[in-house]
Amino acid sequence: MGSELSRNFFELFDLPVAFRIDRRDLAERYRILQGLTHPDRFASAGDQERRLAVQKAAQVNEAYQILRHPLSRARYLLELQGVEFDGQRDTAVDPEFLMEQMELREALAAIPAAAEPLQEYNALVARLDDSMRKLEARVAELLEQDTDSARAEAKSLVLKMQFMDKLQQEARALEEALLDTH
Amino acid sequence: MAYSDKVIDHYENPRNVGTMDKDDAGVGTGMVGAPACGDVMRLQIKVGENGVIEDAKFKTYGCGSAIASSSLLTEWVKGKTLDEALEIKNTQIAEELELPPVKIHCSVLAEDAIKAAIEDYQKKQGNKDEAKSA
Repeated sequence: MGSELSRNFFELFDLPVAFRIDRRDLAERYRILQGLTHPDRFASAGDQERRLAVQKAAQVNEAYQILRHPLSRARYLLELQGVEFDGQRDTAVDPEFLMEQMELREALAAIPAAAEPLQEYNALVARLDDSMRKLEARVAELLEQDTDSARAEAKSLVLKMQFMDKLQQEARALEEALLDTH
Repeated sequence: MAYSDKVIDHYENPRNVGTMDKDDAGVGTGMVGAPACGDVMRLQIKVGENGVIEDAKFKTYGCGSAIASSSLLTEWVKGKTLDEALEIKNTQIAEELELPPVKIHCSVLAEDAIKAAIEDYQKKQGNKDEAKSA
C-alpha cells in the first residue's frame, strides 16, 4: 500500500464519495486496513516508515469512526462538499422541531416516576429510533441530488439528527439508571 | 473545566423554572437549540399592558452553563420593557457567570431565546391589531 495519507476517508477505504454505505462491507474493509497498518508489521522497518504506519493506522481508526455512523458520515460528506458547520452559531432550527425536542425531553424525564417505567422507556426509544431512521433516509435522498439547495436542506436535517443523537444518549443513560434500580 | 460559583448557584437553585400558556396573547415564547451539544431552551415572558415584562419562565435541557444562562436571564428581564430586554447582550451574561470560552455559546443561546420570545409576543400583538382594524 502507498505510504502517503489519503485525501479523504472514503478514498482511504477505497469507496466512492457517497452517503450510502454497506456497513458490513465497511467493517470488512476496516479489518483489512487495520491488518495492513498494524505496528507489528513494521517492527523491523526504518524510523520514517514506522512513523508513517502509525499515522496511517490512526487515520484508519478515525475514518472508521466517522464513516460507520450515519450522522458523522453525513456531516463529513457535507463538509467535503464545502458546507460549513459552526458549533457556536448554528442555532437556527425550526421552532416546531425544538418544541417536539422539548416534549421528548420532558417525556424522558418523566419516565422514572411512571407506573411502568421500562414499558414507557421502550416506547419512547422506539419513537426516537424511528425519527432518526426517517431523518437518515431523507438525508440519503438529498445527498444523492448533488445541488446546493439539497445540501442546505441536508445540513438542516443533520443538525436535527444531532439533537436526536443527544436524546438517544440521554435515553441510554436513563436506561442504565432504570436497570440499576429494577 | 470548573464551573464558577455563580453557575453552580443557578444550576442548583434555578430561578423561574416553569411553563406559561403559549397560546395566551400576553405571553411570548422563545424556543432555541444548540445542535452542537443538543441543548434545548424555552424562555417565556408575560408582558403587561404597559409593555413591561411582568414575569419570565424557562425550561432548559442542557449543561450547567446553559441552565445558568437562562436562569439569570429570566431574573434580569423581569421589570424591563421589551426594548430594554432586547439590549441584553450575551457578553453580559457570560461576564456575570464567568463562563469559559468553550461555554460562550450557552450565553448566545440565552440571548437568542429572549429575542425569539419578544418576537413571538410582538407577532401575536401585531395579529391582534390587524384583527381589530380589519
